[in-house]
Amino acid sequence: MTQPASPARPVTEKSPPPDGAAGPWRALAARADLRTLSLLGVLAALAVIGGVTQPDAFLDTDNLQLILTQASVIGVVTVGMTFVIISGGIDLSVGAIVALASVWATTVATQEYGFAGILFTAVVVGLGCGLVNGLLIAYGGMVPFIATLAMLASGRGLALEITDGKTQMVTVDGVLRLGERDAYVLGVPPLVLVFAAVTVVGWLLLNRTTFGRRSVAVGGNAEAARLAGIDVRRQRLYLYLLSGLCCGIAAFLLVVLSGSGQNTNGNLYELDAIAAAIIGGTLLSGGRGTITGAVLGVLIFTTITNIFALNNLETAVQQIAKGAIIVAAVLVQRRASTT
Amino acid sequence: MGAAAVSAGAVLTGCTSNEPKDSDDGPADNGQAVADDKPGKEVTIGFAGPQADHGWLNAINDNAKRRAEKYQDVTLESTEGSNDTAAQIGQVETLINKKVDVLVVLPADGKALTQVGLKAMKAGIPVVNLDRIFATAQAYRCWIGGDNYGMGLSAGHYIGEKLKDKGNARVVELAGLDNLELTKQRTKGFDDALKNYPNIKKVARQAAEFTVESGQAKMSQLLQAQKDFDALWNHDDDQGVGALRAVKQAGRDDFLMVGGAGALSAFQEIKADRGVLKATVLYPPTMAASAIDLARALGQGKGIGGMAEFEIPASITLYSAVVDKDNVDQYMSTGFK
Repeated sequence: MTQPASPARPVTEKSPPPDGAAGPWRALAARADLRTLSLLGVLAALAVIGGVTQPDAFLDTDNLQLILTQASVIGVVTVGMTFVIISGGIDLSVGAIVALASVWATTVATQEYGFAGILFTAVVVGLGCGLVNGLLIAYGGMVPFIATLAMLASGRGLALEITDGKTQMVTVDGVLRLGERDAYVLGVPPLVLVFAAVTVVGWLLLNRTTFGRRSVAVGGNAEAARLAGIDVRRQRLYLYLLSGLCCGIAAFLLVVLSGSGQNTNGNLYELDAIAAAIIGGTLLSGGRGTITGAVLGVLIFTTITNIFALNNLETAVQQIAKGAIIVAAVLVQRRASTT
Repeated sequence: MGAAAVSAGAVLTGCTSNEPKDSDDGPADNGQAVADDKPGKEVTIGFAGPQADHGWLNAINDNAKRRAEKYQDVTLESTEGSNDTAAQIGQVETLINKKVDVLVVLPADGKALTQVGLKAMKAGIPVVNLDRIFATAQAYRCWIGGDNYGMGLSAGHYIGEKLKDKGNARVVELAGLDNLELTKQRTKGFDDALKNYPNIKKVARQAAEFTVESGQAKMSQLLQAQKDFDALWNHDDDQGVGALRAVKQAGRDDFLMVGGAGALSAFQEIKADRGVLKATVLYPPTMAASAIDLARALGQGKGIGGMAEFEIPASITLYSAVVDKDNVDQYMSTGFK
């Protein structure tokens, strides 16, 4: 896939469509990125499996709402994570930040400020953690893996300190109602609207702004980016801030969804988000990635979980099958993108 | 042991002699010394538990501390909780070196802490093993803990009695962390109890992770998969907060739900009687308070009230009571957050 003969230039363009692919479908396929299409193929295959095994429970509006709602929280986190990975970094602290932001936003003191207080706290705590990550990595010279690992540990610890291991129930009506059926807008849950908005903004940011191009450039070749006049440090700081912001938003969504804040929230989100981004075609070494792919990756994971639960599979079987499907998805994708 | 044998002999002669004793309270009164609220010999109890990262474990620590404060003659040396086996072994060893009189240990992993339990016993420090059991009975003087199998039985029987007149009743189970043995035991007890009711069939089982988030996620899937069922048993009240949220979000109220463990929020929901949650089966954190009592009795060389023996028992399995609207008030103060 990579082009070894293109030094000091971030590889952003896709390889040109093969000659002789004249049919309109082939042209469209090449344009829409085969990688993304293969992910859609996997998703379609899953939908067929779900539809065949559980025609009543799988193929209905309720279930579609359910899958999208379950995907929302981790989806928002994944968008932020994708940016970080594209820039050649990693953020292991996303789950801990979600936990910390969600418990800070649901303390008795915060809840006194109502809806706005909860939303504000979740977002600010997310941004604050992102700022610390960003400063340590961009200006402190720490390796992203270590800096965010430290944030993971301290974030979880602080969340435990705040809650004392207790489950903090949300008593603010407005927040609770946002997670219930009456709040659906034309059949779409508000959580899903937020997820969609974050996805669209993320896509625009990556594909239509200098911020996006700089992120790709830093990930492709940081030294070249610096020589090209990009302030690499500041760019990195912004990227971890962005990831923190996404975690803050996700924490708020989780508070709405679960009606509570608990220090165990966001368990292993870091792995889920990284896996979704990678399945979506983001290079772990940076320099390439798409928001569409990452979001499709999240939807694939959520759909798999949904089909498993609807078919009442045992936990052990679920885990084995999930691993197999991840491998299959990556193989299918690789095949599609090399032919 | 020697002292016990001597005094047992004394009782034997006491029983065979025809001379009237000072007090004659019936045949079981053998003059045994029992631990009561009156101050006695000073006892230092070492307490090591896991990290209190969720409600039930937090309540364990609270119960132990509050019970110890109640007694003037008890000094509690407690360690910082840890889920790391190596760290917890180190903490117990520190307590052994401090020469506490009695140890109360709730291991993060029972099997892994066995060796250090043995070490304490060999050093002459009796160990009260709390809940998660050591691999050998030589590693503790007394084990006290909950009954996971019994929890399943209680939940199964409660649901069975509620549904016994209903033909083709359907039951759903929301289990806890599936890679824990205790989850398997709970499920086994539940299944065994349901076997008594041929009209009931368990139609689905999914495992959450004892967290609110996982409870909400798994329950909403279960509700989507099962459009029609009569009862649900949820293993854990913490994840039950999420499960109840999912039930509300799905707008369902057509079944009866039974919880597990005994969280305050569950008690309040049962008392208010406003939703599907009608009962919960206990896995009482008060066992930590009882463990302190047992440790104190051990340290003072006494038995416990209500039992005829001179020593505390070697093993105590707590009953998993069903708490519903009728008796919830009595349990309210034991509910954990």
